[in-house]
Amino acid sequence: MNRHLLSIGDVTVEDIVRILDTAESFREVGTRVIKKVPALRGRTVVNLFYENSTRTRISFELAAKRLSADVINFSATGSSIAKGESLKDTALTLQAMGADAIVIRHSSAGAPYTLTKWVKGRVLNAGDGTHEHPTQALLDLYTIRERLGRFESLRVAIIGDVLHSRVARSLAFALVKVGADVTIAGPPTLIPPDAPAWGVQVSYDVDEVLPKLDVCYLLRVQRERQRQQYFPSVREYARLFGLTRDRVEMLPEGALIMHPGPMNRGVEIDSDVADLPQAVMEEQVTNGIAVRMSLLYLMLGGMGSEVGGDD
Amino acid sequence: MTERTLFRGGRVVDPASAHDAVTDVLVEDGVIVGVGDSASGGRARVIDCDGLVLAPGLVDIHAHLREPGREDKETVESGSRAAAAGGYTAVVAMANTDPVADSAAVIEEVRSLAARAGICDVFPVGAITKGLGGEEMAAIGEMAEIGVRMFSDDGRCVPTSRLLRNVFEYSKAFDVVIAEHCEDATLADGAQMHEGYHSYTLGLVGAPAEAEEIIVFRDLSLARLTGGRLHLQHLSASGSLELVRQAKATGLRVTAEATPHHLAFADEDLVTYDTNFKINPPLRTPEDREALRAAVADGTVDVIGTDHAPHSVEEKEAEFDQSPFGTIGFETALAAILTNLVEPGTISLARAVETMSTTPARILAAADHGGPIEPGRPAHIVVFDPSAEWRVEPPFVSKSRNSAFLGKTLRGKVLHTMYGGDLVVVDGKPQR
Repeated sequence: MNRHLLSIGDVTVEDIVRILDTAESFREVGTRVIKKVPALRGRTVVNLFYENSTRTRISFELAAKRLSADVINFSATGSSIAKGESLKDTALTLQAMGADAIVIRHSSAGAPYTLTKWVKGRVLNAGDGTHEHPTQALLDLYTIRERLGRFESLRVAIIGDVLHSRVARSLAFALVKVGADVTIAGPPTLIPPDAPAWGVQVSYDVDEVLPKLDVCYLLRVQRERQRQQYFPSVREYARLFGLTRDRVEMLPEGALIMHPGPMNRGVEIDSDVADLPQAVMEEQVTNGIAVRMSLLYLMLGGMGSEVGGDD
Repeated sequence: MTERTLFRGGRVVDPASAHDAVTDVLVEDGVIVGVGDSASGGRARVIDCDGLVLAPGLVDIHAHLREPGREDKETVESGSRAAAAGGYTAVVAMANTDPVADSAAVIEEVRSLAARAGICDVFPVGAITKGLGGEEMAAIGEMAEIGVRMFSDDGRCVPTSRLLRNVFEYSKAFDVVIAEHCEDATLADGAQMHEGYHSYTLGLVGAPAEAEEIIVFRDLSLARLTGGRLHLQHLSASGSLELVRQAKATGLRVTAEATPHHLAFADEDLVTYDTNFKINPPLRTPEDREALRAAVADGTVDVIGTDHAPHSVEEKEAEFDQSPFGTIGFETALAAILTNLVEPGTISLARAVETMSTTPARILAAADHGGPIEPGRPAHIVVFDPSAEWRVEPPFVSKSRNSAFLGKTLRGKVLHTMYGGDLVVVDGKPQR
């Protein structure tokens, strides 16, 4: 594996299989009474969160703690960042404190790349602006593999605000990499015109896409996109592109419904659809901890004594 | 005491006199007194130019010197020194200073700073609108009266067609040039780079090529309507070039500019989020870059301007979307053109000199600059080695080091710059 996980471009198909296989062995840890293994004892993991994200931060925190690493949470509010400290100075400070891995969430696309210029430890991108969110994609792949047993020729649609979604990018790149058949769908204003160059198909008609799917993946649609004139109203979005009760009937039997959360019930997904048995959002969350354990383990512990060193 | 300098045996490339031959040039008390083998003789400081090129000092039609206001990035003096190191003997100073150069007072201040430095000529550009606000016309007449030749709100365009029309009409009274940074502000809102495959993949807000083309079309239309004199700054999109080509074919008096970085790089260079490639207008596709190179060759693009834009290290080390636009350019411009256009045979050496000296001097009405290299002319001269290779790395002569060319190997090195008879750069080293 690459030194850092900044985008899905940093992992090969072989890496993905190894990450998911390793995650599988860590899944069991989460079912124990004492949910802890000593794999990363003495290692320091910093959660550097410039953007609030309770679920992702907690998931990474739990993952690191279950591996017995020391975890530091560093968030923008109420810290030196709020006092105007630059990313560089924050990075140098964390470096000086001996951070072995830095998990960064930032509102600016590319911030994890910038961070790698100043730190020796591993950098894990926990979501950067509208760029990528690679650990989310890997936990989604884990969930899909566990449920459906394969990726090859699996028909997946990613529906919604692809243009502004870091989840959509990472997931589309990862799925294409492992051989799935990916369609992105939504209003044309929210679909990048060059998307076919990613190796995906594009559709503006959800009803045409749904009957052919193994996985229906919905993206969060922020209400501010209406104010920015990407679509006329939230109501129209829900009617044309949302997964309504009626549309669920169009999905083939056994198709999964997925969402990275947090959901906007009533916008991209109807409230009772979110609670259907084929909707696996809670599994995604549970698997997220195992996949992040796997990544931290492979990037820090699984690599022997040079961990955190300069290679 | 008479001061004499003899440039011996260089290839003199001087488009203004259509001269391109190996010969000698003798300078006496700041003036060229002899060109040709007969120029030899007498007591003079001799500069051996064997294997080197001698050309009229370069003229930069697009540069930011940052003074007054951001002296931490550049001053008129440090900018002049960096310009001289790059072979320039005259540069403009764009109006986006603090205070903005929208009145004679600021223009005079910049001029006096330049005169005190005495390293190259500086031609301050006047703002078109007060405070670059895009609403009220700046004191164009007042500035024109004291010799300002070019006006620009560089960094943005004049926002409304109505105001630009009036600016064109009004400016006709003064024989001045209106230079436009063509960008539709609403289409480019929040943009960090060119909109296309790479912006979508990097998750950065993009500005489509049409943001430039729409304003190029508007500006050409209004120049035609009014008879105003339009200069299009740093064109980046192939569609813009096609519009200029058509306009010129119909006889419209318009000039167009390209920068060395748009001629060297493309949007694909941004994949590591290197802020030194964060430039406005953005680096566009490799196809646009090829179209731009062809446009320099066929005359659609008239001049190379550096858009020298110094920024502090802290600012350029920030997150990509928080970092300012721009790259420094004085010290790499000539080498970048030699490497990317002359070396592959896209343009001749004479065309390079024409676009970097002769034509910008003519547009700026800088009569002392741009050649011809003939007896009686002021001695503004650059001597460079066209084949020397060097790696671009700090330190720079400029106060800033935000160069898009960092780490690149370029071919062609400025060795000597003579400004008004003074050797301000010798063997690549600033002398003052």
